[in-house]
Formats: sequence, structure tokens, C-alpha cells
Amino acid sequence: MPHYEPWSEERARAVIEEFSHLEGPLMPMLHAVQETFGHVPDAVVPMLADLLNVSRAEVHGVVTFYHDFRHEPAGRHVLKLCRAEACQAAGGDALADHAEHKLGCKLGETTADGRVTVEPIYCLGLCATAPSAMLDGRIVARLTERRLDALIAEAQS
Amino acid sequence: MSTIRIYVPKDACAIACGADEVVAAIEAAALSRRQPVEIVRNGSRGMLWLEPLVEVVTAEGRIGYGPVSEEDVEGLFEAGFLTGAAHALRIGKPEEHPFMAKQTRLTFARCGIVDPASLADYRAHGGYRGLERALQLGPEAIIEEVKKSGLRGRGGAGFPTAIKWKTVADAKGDRKYIVCNADEGDSGTFADRMIMEGDPFELIEGMTIAGIAVGATKGYVYTRSEYPHAIWAMEKAIEVARAHGMLGMNISGSPYSFDLEVRMGAGAYVCGEETALLDSLEGKRGTVRAKPPLPAHKGLFQKPTVINNVLSLTAVPHILADGGEFYANFGMGRSRGTMPIQIAGNIRFGGLFETAFGITLGELVNDIGGGTFTGKPVKAAQVGGPLGAYVPTWQFDLPFDYEAFAAKDALIGHGGIVVFDEDANLAKMARFAMEFCSVESCGKCTPCRIGSTRGVELMDRIIAGERVEANLATLTDLCQTMKLGSLCALGGFTPYPVLSAMNHFPEEFGAPPRRLEAAE
Ligand SMILES: Cc1cc2nc3c(=O)[nH]c(=O)nc-3n(C[C@H](O)[C@H](O)[C@H](O)COP(=O)(O)O)c2cc1C
Ligand code: SF4
Ligand code: FES
Repeated sequence: MPHYEPWSEERARAVIEEFSHLEGPLMPMLHAVQETFGHVPDAVVPMLADLLNVSRAEVHGVVTFYHDFRHEPAGRHVLKLCRAEACQAAGGDALADHAEHKLGCKLGETTADGRVTVEPIYCLGLCATAPSAMLDGRIVARLTERRLDALIAEAQS
Repeated sequence: MSTIRIYVPKDACAIACGADEVVAAIEAAALSRRQPVEIVRNGSRGMLWLEPLVEVVTAEGRIGYGPVSEEDVEGLFEAGFLTGAAHALRIGKPEEHPFMAKQTRLTFARCGIVDPASLADYRAHGGYRGLERALQLGPEAIIEEVKKSGLRGRGGAGFPTAIKWKTVADAKGDRKYIVCNADEGDSGTFADRMIMEGDPFELIEGMTIAGIAVGATKGYVYTRSEYPHAIWAMEKAIEVARAHGMLGMNISGSPYSFDLEVRMGAGAYVCGEETALLDSLEGKRGTVRAKPPLPAHKGLFQKPTVINNVLSLTAVPHILADGGEFYANFGMGRSRGTMPIQIAGNIRFGGLFETAFGITLGELVNDIGGGTFTGKPVKAAQVGGPLGAYVPTWQFDLPFDYEAFAAKDALIGHGGIVVFDEDANLAKMARFAMEFCSVESCGKCTPCRIGSTRGVELMDRIIAGERVEANLATLTDLCQTMKLGSLCALGGFTPYPVLSAMNHFPEEFGAPPRRLEAAE
């Protein structure tokens, strides 16, 4: 599972500055912040605004626009289920229902024990071997109820 | 014992079906037998139902076995697969498989065959022949060659590539850019991903030629965060190309310089739209820009910019190597060359099928794809991603051609076909299309931003059986407004899946069934 660092302003600055030589560096910076801390903490917004000479509102606008950026840390494991058309055609709806039932939470939520966040994702490009899922960055295709159960068990362990 | 070479794809689809575990099992089984093996991680051949497709180099050539799971590996060794022996999973030579033999592969000619990380392998299979010729021809003649090929953008809109390049070449700017649109957000499409993972140098070569043609020195490949494997493969190949003088200053000893960088999106479908993509690259929200100015005049950082899809750019090395006329000889009407078609969803033999334009949808779904994997009758196919129409089986004689599809209120888009069996509920799919639009809208136009939300509400009422006729009429009206009042195809094309589902399967919306006209 991914290991995230606790928030530190100094560390954040170092992570961000690594990209300051790029043209249009904001997106790579945000990705790097999320990779380091597991989410994009509010405290980096003014830091980014200062560095890039744009308003805080602008940075905030970018962070909130993209589905990938988290404002709160996720559960210990993140299970993403593909909900796009090809996976729906191959039985993805039933699998999503099954996952929600097993985990006791809806897509987009984290289990009460904080272990698993389950999210929809729209196409992993594995559509010819649908349905597909991703557990902490590991991709799985030809998903069946049995394989999904194994993934859920792994995520809950 | 001499070392035996084995190919196990590193394509995301193969990995998702267990290829890494198969590699570990092969290594363990070989070690216990003291049989030296060299495992090459190739891209995918595109016969995705056979992944992981393991190939062994034998005296006769490469012999394939698939789909191989880690549990199969011991048995394969026992059967003698290292010498190409018989086994239930043996498919023979992959290139002789009917699925492959029926294709015309240009863009995908090397995919699955070469080691994607090896520049030497790329060259040994004809790579960089196009660039060599481009360097001899010079900018104007390169564009002329692309014009002769009749190449139209493969990203969806089908705009002639040569015209776009000419505009950028003629535009004034102290700096110009080549941007590769590798966002590939459409469900049912994976050709861009497969090329980036299986033959990344081809994209690098295509972008380099584009750079020379228009006078750009910097290129960006913008792809999605859902594609980590493609990003790794591209970055690796860029590093190798740079180390060999094929990127950077004075490419291949020529006066031209060009360099590349990969950038990752953050889960927004609309960033596949070219101007939203540029905003995203600049570090902004991905909102669609009004045109004019065209990106060709004012694109990335306000500089003249070519923005092309992966498949458009990867067609270019072939056009240059073999000539524009050679390329134009494939196809029908104004759709020239080949199209990598992606067959997915509920399909038996899903995969990538590259062929000249003109093949019918029915051939693709039934003859090549083998129908559904559930074994139930096909009901419809959605072609061209979430904004594409649902084509019912009685229109399966439709040939793959931009104009023929447009004439039936359908679109080819990025060439993805998603197959549904009879259990699919088209009213539900229509609702999904509306909901997708409301979630992914960039928010700039009211019909798209608000209309799609109203559309979802209407669909809910229709599905619940409330005042069906009246609500269907309102929905039709709403679709018309979205079509006419949207700045980009997200709002403008969402009506295609909705209206096609409604028109072809009215009974699923609680409306009286209509007579099906086969010859409409
Ligand atoms: C909502 C939306 C999403 C799009 N997504 C993509 C995409 O993922 N890849 C792509 O190449 N083009 C996409 N396009 C089309 C691009 O705007 C543009 O037409 C294309 O990149 C031009 O390249 P081409 O001329 O090589 O086709 C999208 C368009 C819209 C409206
Ligand atoms: S149609 Fe939708 S996505 Fe396109 S510009 Fe308008 S609001 Fe944005
Ligand atoms: S639709 Fe699920 S992987 Fe493409």
C-alpha cells in the first residue's frame, strides 16, 4: 500500500520546487503534493499561489476542478471500480452493487473503519477484457464476483 | 543449454490479466530446470482475449500460447512449449491467426513484436525510416506528403492533418509546440494506450516529424492519470531516444532540434477536448476555449500549436516512409488509410483490429469479434465513446467511414466499439450518458451544464413511468437545445447516445414500439 508522509511545510516546499523549472508547472506540482501527502492539503494553496504568482482562488479552482485531487486523506487502501460503458456492458453494475454491499459504503465513500475507500473510475483502457478495477494502483481485468471478493479481502486486511 | 527467448507482454491489459505473475512463474520453472531463458516484455498484439499471450522463439519462428495464467506455466513446460510443442493453449504463429491475418497493419505493425524499450529493435523493424526521409524532404515537402495521404485526425473530428500543420507552419511565433492528445477518455478505446506501451518510439518519431514540418522545437504528450503504464513506457522511450541523439539538439545530426515531455491529467474527461487540454497543460482548470483563435494560431502559452491525436501522429512515420499515395490507396471515399478499431465490452474476441476504412460494423462485431461473451444475442453497439450513438443490429451494415456514420446520426470518434447484449437497458444507458455529461461538463455553456442535469431528472421520470410521452417530448427538445447551444462536443454530442437509444429502442422508455425499418 502507498505510504504517505505527515504534513510538513518544509517538505511541501521541497516537493513543489522540484518542478518550478517546468513550463506550466501547477499540475505536476499538485500531483507531486498528492503523491507525498496522500491528498492536497489546504495549506499548500497559498504556497503555490505565491510561487506561481497567481491568486489563491485560482489555485483552489484548479484543485477542485479535477476529480483526482483529494481534499481529505483516503482510506488505507483505494479500490477503484470502472463504471464506464464497456465495463457496464460486461456486468460492471452488479459488481459495483456487490462491492457497496460487502464494504457497507457507497462508491465515493470510505468504510467506517477507515480501511477502504471505494471509488468509481471512468475507463482504464482495459475495455476488451472488462470489467476492470484498480487496487492501490494495481490493475485487474476480467473481474468476477470471486475476484472482486479477493480484492476486497486484500484491501480489508 | 542455449538461452531461449520468451515474449510476455507488458501491456496494461496483459498485466491486468496476470502477465507479471506469469513472468515470475516462467522464471521459477526455468530456474528449477536450469534452462536459461531471456524474457522480453513486448507490447500487445491486440488479441486481448488471449492475454497474457506468451510467445516462444523456436526454430520455426515465434509460437504463441494464450491466455496463459500462472497456474498453466508448469504444464506448459512439461508439454515442451519451449520448443513450440502442442498444448491446449497453443495458437501457432500469432501473425497467422485469423484475427491478425485479416488486418492491414500500418500504425500497429510493430506493436507486440518489438521490445518497446529498445531503439535498436525499433530500427530493425523499419523505425525512423520516415524521419530519415523527412529530413531529406524538408518542411514544405513533408506537409505535401501528409496532404497526399489524405490523413484526417483520428481523435474524433476527422479534420485534415495537413491543413492544420500548414496553418502552424505559416503562423509567426518565436516558439511553436506539438501537443499530442493522448487523453483517450472514451470508454471502449485503448489504441493510444497500446501504442504508448507497445511502440512508443513510433509516437516520438511522428511528433519529431511534425516538429520539423511546422518549426516547433518542443512537444508535449498529454495523457491521463488512469494510464500509469503508458506514462512509464513513454518516459522510458523518451530517455532512450534522447540518449541516442534522436531527441534534443540536432536530431540525428541534422540542423533540427526537438524535445518531448509527458504530462499527466487529473481525471477530467473534458481535458480531451483540445483547448481544455491546453488550459490543463498550462496549469488551469480544463475549460473549453472559444474559437477563434485556433490553437494553430494561439495555442499552448499563446503560441502556434499543432494538437493531434496519438493515432494521427503515429500514422505519419508510415506516410513519410512509404509515401502519401501508398497510404491514400487504402480506404473509401474521403476516409483514407487505415483505422485502428477497438472492439470491447461484451465481446468474445475483443481487441485491436487495424484495417482500411469501409469494413462494416456487423463484420467487426460478429465475424471478427465473435459476438458477445455471454453468448446472448447482440443488442446494440455504441461507437465512438460516451458521446457516440447506439447503433442497433439492424444498422450493422454501416461501413466504417466518417460520412456514412454521420449520415446515420452516428460517429466514428476514436474508433471504439462497445458491444451490448440483449440484457442491456438502453434507457438506463441514455440516463448514464446525460449524467456523464453533467459530471464532466466544464461549465461554460448553460445547455451543457444545466441541461444535462435536467436531462437526468427527465430520464428518471421517464424510467419511473411518469407522463412518459410528455417527458420524452421535453427530452427531445432539450437534446436539440444542447446540440445547438453547446460550445464543444461534450454538450453538443451527448444527444447522440440519448436520442439514438430513444429512437431505436422506444419500448425501453415506455413508449410504443415502432416498426423496425431494416432498409431505412
Ligand atoms: C469532450 C471532448 C473530448 C475529447 N477527447 C479526446 C481525446 O481523448 N483524444 C483525442 O485525440 N481527441 C479528443 N477530442 C477531440 C479533440 O478536441 C481534437 O479534435 C483532437 O485532439 C484533434 O486531433 P486530430 O486532428 O489528430 O484528431 C475530444 C473532444 C471533445 C469535445
Ligand atoms: S459544451 Fe459543455 S464541456 Fe463543452 S464548452 Fe460547453 S459547458 Fe464546456
Ligand atoms: S470501460 Fe472499463 S476499462 Fe474501459
